[in-house]
Amino acid sequence: MFDITLPLWLDDFLWAYGSVVYGLGVNAILGLSMYVVLALGQLSLGQAAFMGIGAYTSALLTLKLGVPFPLVLIAAMILPALAAFVIGIPTLRLTGVYLAIATIGLAEVLRVVYLNTDAVGGAMGLSGIPEKASFPVIFGLLLVVLVGLLLALRSKVGRAFEAIREDEDAARVVGINVWGYKLGAIVVSAALAGLAGALNAHYSSFIGPNEYGFETAVSILSFAVLGGVSTPLGPVLGAFVLTALPEVLRPLHDFRLVFNGLIIVLVVIFLPKGMLGFHVRRRAS
Amino acid sequence: MNSIGEPLLKIDGLTRRFTGLLAVDSVSFEIASGSVHAVIGPNGAGKTTLFNMISGLLPPTEGRLFLGGAEITRLRPNIRAALGIGRTFQNIRIFGDMTVLENVMTGMQPRLGVSIVATILRTRRGREEERAAQAKGRELLRLVGIEDFADRIASTLSYGDQRRLEIARALGGDPKLLLLDEPAAGMNPTETAALGTLLQQLRGTGLTILLVEHDMGFVMGLCDRITVLNFGRKIAEGPPTAIRSDPKVIEAYLGKRVAERLMAERASA
Repeated sequence: MFDITLPLWLDDFLWAYGSVVYGLGVNAILGLSMYVVLALGQLSLGQAAFMGIGAYTSALLTLKLGVPFPLVLIAAMILPALAAFVIGIPTLRLTGVYLAIATIGLAEVLRVVYLNTDAVGGAMGLSGIPEKASFPVIFGLLLVVLVGLLLALRSKVGRAFEAIREDEDAARVVGINVWGYKLGAIVVSAALAGLAGALNAHYSSFIGPNEYGFETAVSILSFAVLGGVSTPLGPVLGAFVLTALPEVLRPLHDFRLVFNGLIIVLVVIFLPKGMLGFHVRRRAS
Repeated sequence: MNSIGEPLLKIDGLTRRFTGLLAVDSVSFEIASGSVHAVIGPNGAGKTTLFNMISGLLPPTEGRLFLGGAEITRLRPNIRAALGIGRTFQNIRIFGDMTVLENVMTGMQPRLGVSIVATILRTRRGREEERAAQAKGRELLRLVGIEDFADRIASTLSYGDQRRLEIARALGGDPKLLLLDEPAAGMNPTETAALGTLLQQLRGTGLTILLVEHDMGFVMGLCDRITVLNFGRKIAEGPPTAIRSDPKVIEAYLGKRVAERLMAERASA
């Protein structure tokens, strides 16, 4: 089903730069996962945790049970979505930094759980995961997610999102189910993060408990901040730039990360709405 | 549809206590279906708090609310909007980054029944609903007189037009009861007169209107009934003519001494 033959030059290129190219696709999906909550004005930083749930779920299903890859991906979306549903109900009353702290806490709790559970590899993590996430799978799924979000943005769902982001109380009194949208957003966001986690596990072939903590959460946030959340294309661009940059800047050696940080600072100062900060028009039909 | 005269909204002993302050103190009154009812009172009388409780943004400390006989005291604001309560805010709260038309279409949200999935996938029903919503949106913009600005970004409208847009957005939800929080605030006399005409027109369609307003001329000319609040309590209620000469009302607005002098002058005249 996913056995598409790639042209030779692309094959060569992927052999040399595979992990970076795959990283572009996976990080773009993570950026979109962040977009779904930020587009509602919610600073939820649970994406890394949900990514971890997806990664562990998928790795265990593949390694221990030999479940077919498409089913693995579906499970890796459903489990984080369920977790988000359960966690969302008590935490969605929180806003701003309080929501950020509560969701960051989740990542830390899970890290400790992975670390101390032998069945999931403990501190050693899980290795030898077959590399099933090919180039067409990753980028095909990215495209599906991106198109889905673009369509949503240009429908009444997009209007509801923007209304909630601009003025929650006004959105409430015009009849928008703000609570339902918020819960839906965090569930969809978690499913996307879980998908990214599963894809990541199935090309890097190793996952460990420390990959889904605070640092990852902040990286995912920076994809969206850099690109902007006026359109789903923003976080995709942000993820591409921040993933490719360390490779492009390789000649700068140890100063690479300084440059990374500098670019984020400059964007925040000079392009506060992100690199793609324009207003996206919705049209009917 | 209720016939005129039956209460559309019943407010029963509504109380809201903030720490150390009784913002609204067991207020009860009824709003007749098809009427224009005003709530007046000096600043801090509890008018906006009352509105927030009716629209559901603020839970009452005590008391109950009934819409068309059914209790709505504990319902969330979006459910109340779906049941037919629309409102505007004292400090205009339109969605400034959207276009004017999108604002009105957002107000129709509770009336758009096609499922989210069908909308996103643009099924035929989804597209039809969207087209119908656009057409109705333009119609409402025409009704309030800003159809020429349909595609402008809402925040670029003039103050008076933003107020009109906010009314159009509230009408998008097809309300039975429209709550207007100081609709004429900051308007010049021409704009106020046009607003009065619009509200008369809306009443003509059977809409029930509850408004908070400071412009007395505007209120007296438009309303069937007035409820007066002061320090969170209802101090008077009746038709405009009775309220105008009510000593308690004059006292609330002008202070006891001025009120006594005025009443004395009137008595001797």
